[in-house]
Amino acid sequence: GLKVLEQLLLQHPSVAAGGIHRQIGDRSWQILDFSIRISCFSIHLVSLSLLQKDFVPFLLNFLREQTSQILTNGPSTPAKTPNSKASGSQRTGSERRAGHKASLGSFLTATPDALPARRGRRKGGSSVGASGRQVARDLGRSLAEEEDGKNDSASWSGGRRKRSEVPLVSARSPPSQLNLNNLEEFPPMGAASGSAGCFYKPSRRINPTPVSAERPLSKPKMCFTSTPVSQSPAARFSSGTSLEAFTAVQEGNLTSVISNSLQEEREMLKKERCKLLHQASSPAGISLDPGTPTKPSYTRSASLPAESHLVTCANPTKVSCKKQLECLAQLYSSCIAENLVPNIFLELFFVLQLLTSKGTSTAEDGDSDLEDNERNASGRQHFRSVHNCVYFAVQVLDYQYEVISQLEKGMLKLLAENERIASFSPTLHERLRQAYESSTAKVSLLLPCSVQSVSFQPETDNRSNFPSDRAFHIFKKQRDIFYELLREWEDNHEKSGWDFERVLGNKIRAMMAHLSATCNHSHFARLFQKQLTQMCKGPIGGGASWGDTPDQDVLNMLGSDNLSRLKRLQERFVVPQSIRGPCPPPSFPGCQQFFRDFILSAGSYQFNQHLMDSLCLKILELNGLTLVEHEHNDGEADMDEQDEKKRFTVVLLSLRLLAKFLGFLVFLPYRTVEQPTRDLQDSAVALRNQTLPVLDVLKLLRQSIRDQRSILTIPWIVEYLSLVDHIAPFLDYYRKVFCLLLQVYRLMVLSEDKEMSFLNKLLILAVLGWLFQVGSCVLFCSCSVLSAFPSFSHQDSVPLVDQQLLYTCCPYLGELRKLLASFVAGNGAKNGGFIRKITPTAAESLAPKTSVTQRKLQVELEQAFFHNQPPSLRRTVEFVAERVGSNCVKHIKATLVAELVQRAEVMLQDKVKEEDANHDKLLEEVCTHLYEEGAQALIKGREFCKKKGPEAVRVLLPEETSAAVLNSAEDIAVELATEKACGWLSANIAALIKREVKATFSRMLKVPGLPLPGEDALESRRDCPPGCQHCAPFPSQIINEIKDVLCVAVGPRDEDEVIDCLWLECLLGRLSQTLRCRKFMCPTSEQQLAKCTVELASLLVSDRVPLNLGIKPPEKSSERLRVKNNPTYGLLKLLLSVWKEDFGTPVPVQLMFSKKNMGYLAEVQHREWDLFLFILNGLVEHELMRTGEVESCLRSLRELPWPSVSN
Amino acid sequence: SIFSQEYQKQIKRTHAKHHTAEAIETYYQRYLNGVGKNAAAPVLLELANEVDFAPSLMARIVLERFLQEKEQAIPSKTLINSMLRDPSQIPDGVLANQVYQCTVNDCCYGPLVDCIKHAIGHEHEVLLREMLLEKNLSFIAEDQLRAKGYDKTPDFILEVPVAVEGHIIHWIESKASFGDESSHQAYLQDQFWSYWNRFGPGLVIYWYGFIEELDCHRERGILLKDCFPTDIVTLRHSMAQR
Repeated sequence: GLKVLEQLLLQHPSVAAGGIHRQIGDRSWQILDFSIRISCFSIHLVSLSLLQKDFVPFLLNFLREQTSQILTNGPSTPAKTPNSKASGSQRTGSERRAGHKASLGSFLTATPDALPARRGRRKGGSSVGASGRQVARDLGRSLAEEEDGKNDSASWSGGRRKRSEVPLVSARSPPSQLNLNNLEEFPPMGAASGSAGCFYKPSRRINPTPVSAERPLSKPKMCFTSTPVSQSPAARFSSGTSLEAFTAVQEGNLTSVISNSLQEEREMLKKERCKLLHQASSPAGISLDPGTPTKPSYTRSASLPAESHLVTCANPTKVSCKKQLECLAQLYSSCIAENLVPNIFLELFFVLQLLTSKGTSTAEDGDSDLEDNERNASGRQHFRSVHNCVYFAVQVLDYQYEVISQLEKGMLKLLAENERIASFSPTLHERLRQAYESSTAKVSLLLPCSVQSVSFQPETDNRSNFPSDRAFHIFKKQRDIFYELLREWEDNHEKSGWDFERVLGNKIRAMMAHLSATCNHSHFARLFQKQLTQMCKGPIGGGASWGDTPDQDVLNMLGSDNLSRLKRLQERFVVPQSIRGPCPPPSFPGCQQFFRDFILSAGSYQFNQHLMDSLCLKILELNGLTLVEHEHNDGEADMDEQDEKKRFTVVLLSLRLLAKFLGFLVFLPYRTVEQPTRDLQDSAVALRNQTLPVLDVLKLLRQSIRDQRSILTIPWIVEYLSLVDHIAPFLDYYRKVFCLLLQVYRLMVLSEDKEMSFLNKLLILAVLGWLFQVGSCVLFCSCSVLSAFPSFSHQDSVPLVDQQLLYTCCPYLGELRKLLASFVAGNGAKNGGFIRKITPTAAESLAPKTSVTQRKLQVELEQAFFHNQPPSLRRTVEFVAERVGSNCVKHIKATLVAELVQRAEVMLQDKVKEEDANHDKLLEEVCTHLYEEGAQALIKGREFCKKKGPEAVRVLLPEETSAAVLNSAEDIAVELATEKACGWLSANIAALIKREVKATFSRMLKVPGLPLPGEDALESRRDCPPGCQHCAPFPSQIINEIKDVLCVAVGPRDEDEVIDCLWLECLLGRLSQTLRCRKFMCPTSEQQLAKCTVELASLLVSDRVPLNLGIKPPEKSSERLRVKNNPTYGLLKLLLSVWKEDFGTPVPVQLMFSKKNMGYLAEVQHREWDLFLFILNGLVEHELMRTGEVESCLRSLRELPWPSVSN
Repeated sequence: SIFSQEYQKQIKRTHAKHHTAEAIETYYQRYLNGVGKNAAAPVLLELANEVDFAPSLMARIVLERFLQEKEQAIPSKTLINSMLRDPSQIPDGVLANQVYQCTVNDCCYGPLVDCIKHAIGHEHEVLLREMLLEKNLSFIAEDQLRAKGYDKTPDFILEVPVAVEGHIIHWIESKASFGDESSHQAYLQDQFWSYWNRFGPGLVIYWYGFIEELDCHRERGILLKDCFPTDIVTLRHSMAQR
């Protein structure tokens, strides 16, 4: 049937448009009728799906082919149609080879046994077995059948035709059965490729089931370009299967490589544009398809004329076949509107390509090139001229106005300013202009925050969270090493020749080994995950890929200083830009790269497992958050709405990030560079069907749909699934997930309705569309069973998504704008400059945790109480309870426990002094003593909660809350808080006290030279005297000066080196001041001062200090006078007074009697013993030593070896 | 400060040379000979000056060797340190005098100097604390942090971060020394980056100045100053509370 229509359309353009229309209408309008009803009903859809399968891919391919020659801008957009090499069976050899080329995926994976298997497989019956290649084969077969039935409206295979013609019959068939059939008889739509007319453009076609044949992950480009695809495998193969190749593929490095090479190729082609045969001489072409040197010439590039950069002026009056174009536009638009295309943005991109097509003189003037000679003369009437393309595009845009008008403002501006739209449809132009003017959908550029660390939180990170000191200590190091690695990466990763694995690999593995040794993986996994979230949920991690110059207001905001920073950041993050099409492969942009490479280099099973655990937990937690809880009708919604949006954005972005990494980890062990062979795949599927998924995304997906929360869940599940390996999509479990997602996609018809906000839907459609292009949409057209969802309706009605979020999640939507912008710039695909980054204004989410109470009835009463109250009440109460409980414990620690510890300290000090006791025993005794008092904690805790709980609840609840409700809420909060606090305290107070006392004790023992005795007595001296100006000299200064004095005294010194007596006196005076002001004093300084002054005294009494008296002592003075005038006495007196009055620490005066100091004394003349006696008296007088002590010191002097020197 | 640091670098370079078994033996014998001739002469000090080594370190070498001979065992570090701190404990009076002489005459090493350094550091911390209080910036000091179980602790953590010259800082570390290349690198490695890793960006004050080129991690979050900053911006709502 369609074949016929196509033939009619193509071969008899001159037939009255109405006739064509009618003929198309016979089937197509019928289709549209069905599809319009699609959202209401599955029955129709089931039957329709058959039609769709036939029709939609055909239509898309048809359009691609028709336009392939004219499109020179941007990458080609993939069509949907399954295209199979097998379809070439009836064609000439060369055509057949072209077919191979087109469906490269099949070609690549084809093995010699593929063809023989083809027929037999079909009756196999099991849908599970529908491997990619099988699908392709079946497609081929279907195609072949289609070919057989060419020109015959009954060409469809019997059963299917019947159903399609009699929808109601099919409606009665069990859906599941249909599904099976669908799988097997997957779209025969390649029919289009069977048409001779179209066949000249094989390069435009892409198998819509690429997943099955080719992994999008490993061949990023294949989704939207055909020519480059032929190179990507070559690149890949040449680099082998090493880690590097893998990662390169993973992150889309290849993409740029490919696009570069594509660029090069284009350059080359421009030079040799007429020598089409030469194109095949590109190395990639040869290596891949040496047998078909001429066929690649049919790529779009091949026909690219040299003047392609000249934009042909599109003229509405030169449009031909208007009727057909309008008809097609309408059909096409309906397909888009009903979500019958796998990715609506891909189609919009295609339409924009048409809109901005450059056109060629050849195309306009007639057919002079090779293709035209060979072509089926009637093959491409419709889109041969720029005028027609633009006309069609404008028509479609008009139909899609609703979607387009929701895009961001910059995009609208470009559309509104597009002169082609203006000349082809003034009304659309006007509407777009108005949409632009009224649009507030500005996607703003915010500076990304730079790398930040994860803060150290004593609750989770201090010693008590580790099993041993060693583990704690090692983790301390690991944390520092981790950041060191991160900084190194940040500094160097963009330098050429810097290789992650080579530079950091061994360090990371050494770190992993340490982690393993101390079982610190969970700590590290948490740090890793937190750091990941912190660094990557912003725009850099999101890797916005669309170029734009920053808005002026942003520039103003930044100021010139930050501008350079911005520029630097951009340099860091901007990859060479080109229009890459709206379906880039999954990648790990920006900082995410570090984390991915880290995981790969670490290669640690334990770490991965811990990380997955950690990620799953966090995902579940975030996914379960209640983000919307108020009714949106009341007036107060505004503020809440903003908060909700913010919160939603943060949570959604975090979820997507975490899910991507989880997907990466989960599928990492199964990842292969190449598509496994059929046999391997079967056995792998059989094996892996037995395992449970790490995270039950199917359940979560179903829940989210049921609870109308899919707007939160689907976007992250898409991220997760985008990283599946080759096999996973064939597993029963993931097939269900994909089918369900597909159904969601089909049903999410874009229109303003109350059930779901338009932009919410747009986001879901965008991410799903992306997944279907890059991910594993094996079964896009084939699993449209809707039975599972009788009540499927979207009421996540709250408009949570705005353009900012949409573009953050789907940076590839920016490709649309880039395309338009490049058209304006007239410079083809090149588009350098700024990249726009979008930062969600972050607000960390709080996860209220429900306390579980044991008493069932109370719980039930409580639940009942909350049931009829606004949800915020419950949240408040739970929050208060949680916080008050936690604060209570902290308070008890800071007061009661601290007090007890202090007392313990005193007790311990006493006992340690008494005997050289067994420290452990001592500790145990003291603690036991304190435990009884610790019981008070519960009483105090209860008091605390009772006091604080109600205060907090009252502040947080609305003023107008009724007294009864308030009281109940307070009571529950207090109860919950007390339960929490006292539960913890009663279980832990003893251990807590012991831990604290122990820590204090070991600190006490460690303090060097702790002056244990007499310290308490001096406690009172620790404050400055009243009115102290704190202007005394610094202790360090005084120590330094005394040191100088000692230095001279101890020698060696010059003969004339003396110390001024008055100066020394002054120094002692300042010493006194310094000691009185306690502000800058620390124990070590004071102890040192004490020691130094004792040494000084010893030197003074031994006459070792060369004092300069300032005034010469009168020569005639008597011996007695001389003694009196000896300034040393004055100095000693001063010292005694300082020791007595000013020191807060005991002065080690007994040092005077040390062997060393007595040695000094022994060498002096007898006269000077007077000084020694003087000081001894002084010590006793000033109560610095008791007489007995002096005596015992003197006695011990006898034991010293006195020098035999005698005077 | 700069002299001291340069001297220390030189001592570090030659440290190994003085600690070879032969060197130790030579020094000890020379010491014994020296005091044998004249116990009152500054034998050790002169020896140290002659071989261009820090006197206190020389004293330590000789004392260690002395004790080793006397006790027939390698003496513990604690014992040596304790004797250096208080030479009266040294069983040999002559050596005690010699050691003490070395200690008081050493300008860069030894317990006395260590104590002075410690005192200076402490004094600057106190000064900094004063300034913070004066500015009404609430902070948690090192000892409080330790008590909470932090594994690495700067001198002060600001409870509410502030911006200094446009850079957010969470912590302040006081260094009563001159920030030269090598000491700064060591501090970065051992302290500053660790603080950053735990608390985010912060400020280091080198009270005795620093080499300007070292202040290159501002963007990253380690800011250097040689005095208490004047350009401080605080969070507004906390201002309003005051």
